Amino acid sequence: MRSALKLRLSKWLFRPKIEHGSIVLTQRRIFILPTRQGLALVLLLIVMLLGDINYSLSLGYMLTFLLAMMSVLSMLHAFRNLAQLEISAGRVEPVFSGETARFLLHFNSKIPRYQLVLQGRDSVCFDLPAGRNSEIIYPALATKRGRLSAGRLTLYTEFPLGLFHAWCYLHFDTWALIYPNPCASAPLPIGETPDSTGKRSVTGDDDFAGLRNYVSGDALPRIAWKAYARGHALQVKQFATQLGEEIVLRLTDAPEPGLEGKLSRMTRWVLDAERQGLRYGLNLPDSELNAGNGTAHRDECLRRLALYGLSDASPNPP
Amino acid sequence: MNKQLIYGLLLSVVMVIAPHVIHLPLWVSALSACLLAWPAYLAARGEPLPSHWLLIAISIAATGGILIEYHSLFGREAGVTLLIVLSTLKLMELKTKRDAMALIYLCCFIIITNFLYSQSLVTGLYMLACLLIISQVWVQLHMYPGPFKTRLKIACTLLLQAIPLTVILFVLFPRLPGPLWGLPQDAFSRSGLDDMMSPGSLGRLALSDAVAFRVAYPGPPPRRDQMYWRGPVLWNFDGRTWTQGKSVQIFSAQLSDTTQPISYNVTLEADNKIWLFALDMPDSLSIPYRRMNDAQLLNPEPVTTRLRYQARSYLSYHANLLESAAQLQRALQLPAGFNPKSRRLAANWRANGSDSRIISSALGFFNRQNFHYTLDAPPLGLNGIDDFLFTTRAGFCEHYASGFVFLMRAAGIPARVVTGYQGGEYNAFGNYYIVRQSDAHAWAEVWLQDRGWLRIDPTAAIAPERVEQNLSAALPDNTVLPFMARNPPQWLRELSLNWDAISYQWNSFVIGYDNERQFAFMNRLGLASVRWQALSMMTGIALIIGLFALYMLRHLISLKQDKTQAAWLKFCRKLARSGLPRLPYEGPQAYAIRVCIARPDLAVSIKTIANRYIALRYGIPQPENTQRDFLQLVAQFRPSAN
Repeated sequence: MRSALKLRLSKWLFRPKIEHGSIVLTQRRIFILPTRQGLALVLLLIVMLLGDINYSLSLGYMLTFLLAMMSVLSMLHAFRNLAQLEISAGRVEPVFSGETARFLLHFNSKIPRYQLVLQGRDSVCFDLPAGRNSEIIYPALATKRGRLSAGRLTLYTEFPLGLFHAWCYLHFDTWALIYPNPCASAPLPIGETPDSTGKRSVTGDDDFAGLRNYVSGDALPRIAWKAYARGHALQVKQFATQLGEEIVLRLTDAPEPGLEGKLSRMTRWVLDAERQGLRYGLNLPDSELNAGNGTAHRDECLRRLALYGLSDASPNPP
Repeated sequence: MNKQLIYGLLLSVVMVIAPHVIHLPLWVSALSACLLAWPAYLAARGEPLPSHWLLIAISIAATGGILIEYHSLFGREAGVTLLIVLSTLKLMELKTKRDAMALIYLCCFIIITNFLYSQSLVTGLYMLACLLIISQVWVQLHMYPGPFKTRLKIACTLLLQAIPLTVILFVLFPRLPGPLWGLPQDAFSRSGLDDMMSPGSLGRLALSDAVAFRVAYPGPPPRRDQMYWRGPVLWNFDGRTWTQGKSVQIFSAQLSDTTQPISYNVTLEADNKIWLFALDMPDSLSIPYRRMNDAQLLNPEPVTTRLRYQARSYLSYHANLLESAAQLQRALQLPAGFNPKSRRLAANWRANGSDSRIISSALGFFNRQNFHYTLDAPPLGLNGIDDFLFTTRAGFCEHYASGFVFLMRAAGIPARVVTGYQGGEYNAFGNYYIVRQSDAHAWAEVWLQDRGWLRIDPTAAIAPERVEQNLSAALPDNTVLPFMARNPPQWLRELSLNWDAISYQWNSFVIGYDNERQFAFMNRLGLASVRWQALSMMTGIALIIGLFALYMLRHLISLKQDKTQAAWLKFCRKLARSGLPRLPYEGPQAYAIRVCIARPDLAVSIKTIANRYIALRYGIPQPENTQRDFLQLVAQFRPSAN
């Protein structure tokens, strides 16, 4: 009962405010409360003070006051350890479901900071050097396809004496795209024309058709490294026969009963088709993608599979 | 637990318990040494800590040992011993951060227990060093195993910043008087004069260098042979030991015909005794006290902390001219049947003379009969006074005082023994006198009809140097005396006096700062009420913490904003008011292009401002007037003038 109340209170007090861009930890964002050890120290100081009064120990008074003031100052140091820290969320590489998404956070600090802990479901502990942009990766396990939000992270520190817990909440509108988990292995669905059944020849791949300028997203094996080494711009080899092989990956072709199973199968097909250099199109009940090839095309296919059937609403918290 | 951390904690524990070793029982010191060496060995070998059960068994055994040693687990000695054993045992179960924190707290507490034994300047500095080591370990506990230098720097910063705050608290924190609960009797035990005197008891004190009290005279000091510090007065004699006896208090003490008043400040060391020492004959003290009929000054309770008081005395006086018959009767009491030779001698004197004749005969007897002043007096038999006066003829001041008073009483003159201190060492560096336990002395007082109680020091008749100079001048050269009571080389004496002067200042201004001195000091500052005192304390602390905060956050708060930036933000605000706010992701260029499309009427000025801003902020350094022009342009920019 009490813990439920406490939870509700904390939910209301620290209700999420999703932010974009970079945030600076101003004093209104930083909360400080004594830790359990801090409270224990208060108790110790009271006992010490009683002893000092009883035995009239002047040096005892001095030690008691010294410890008390050190702990008060440690609050200032804890605050300083977070104050005016500039944080912005960086990009997150898409990963497959079941893998770990790595949320990148940029920290910019003018002073060295020690023992910061970034905590969500997992926690990361790090120091920050002065006057440099540091990248900290917060790992989150992706359990299902779609958008994975980092959720509300807590950045806290108990530096330097562990007597005060200073923390702030970071809730960026950043999210990771989680592709469906590809199923173990599955043969590609039969091609369009009946006579090409099982004999999708890839021999034509060697028919060199010319070079074109590199566009980001092109497959690395197709880059003309030799030409690049000769001092030409980065170029990509094009193959004529490739244009001939086309398959369309349809959700309805996947044999699995459930949607997630089908999507998992489709993901495997997309990856295999790309690896084999085929031209492949995507046919989902709500969208269609013309046949194509290359990393950019693959990523678009995977993105559609990842988001298929999901609303555009807020991403899933971890 | 990190190995470095274990060594740090080990060092902290060793440092805080080291000063205790001198008064710990031997078996506790040995046990602690083993318990300290064990985890050090385990940590060095990287072996796991011993099992829980073993530790519990050791702690039960140790507690039992303490119980047998002290018959209690409370009180100063037993409590401190228990804490020390606990702290060494805690070192063996360092598993989590919490254990380490508990050990650190324990170390801080043991520091305080050290102050029960000594609060000298050296102890204070040593404990400050301990605290620095402890806080270094403390910081290390909450930091990645970072470099030692950084940790030490953080610990030093914390400690140094805390010092001014501590000084404010120390001066202004309202002090409470006296003990909150009864002090255990063993809290402070020091040697000093007692309420009884037997042959050899003062001789034992003469071997102690310990300071009894210090005296500062605002005016000129009295002559050395007038420096008689009155302590316990002894009336009853059982043939060997003098005791106070039961006072028949009919008249209170009276002083008359007083001249030569003198005022002085005494800083009395804690001796767990009730006597307050003052020059013969005391008149009044600045602190509450009880005055006995025989002019002993008593503190309401044993002196367990250093005590400062102002006293006033008369060097010339008539004391108790009207003494009650009962008191005079007490002053004539002698155990019947012993010391026949002495009694015969006294009776002889009585037969042919007045009181003053008798006194001078007695002093002459001591002077002429080849008496020795010595610390190693031969033992005395059943008729102790006879043995001393006629056989051994060697003794210390208590022998002479005792013999003299016996003779007086036997001759029918009321007499009593007074113990206290005589003389003292002048410290030119601090302009005060140090009176040590080795200055303990005993003398006699006789009551004469029209003179009252008169001080007579028989020692002065045998060894006038004792009274005029000091103990070592009066004793033969081969006597074993404490270091300071002998005559050490000049430079050593100066060094020691210098050090004593520093200690004196430390004792009177730091250690002796109690609620009364605080009250006096606050009155001088004009903070008469506790409320003002507390208020100024809070203000002072808040002010200093505020200053520290400003200093520490100086890199983070830029009070001086860039003018160019401020003007650009102003420009953005102006546009925002006319419905075109800058989007968070827009740089100045993109923003300018968008706004130009939306407000073609302003396109020229917007473009100029944006370009100037970009040039000023991101471009190569611009001539001085560019910024002025830019500021002017922004000031003149009026988006609402549609």
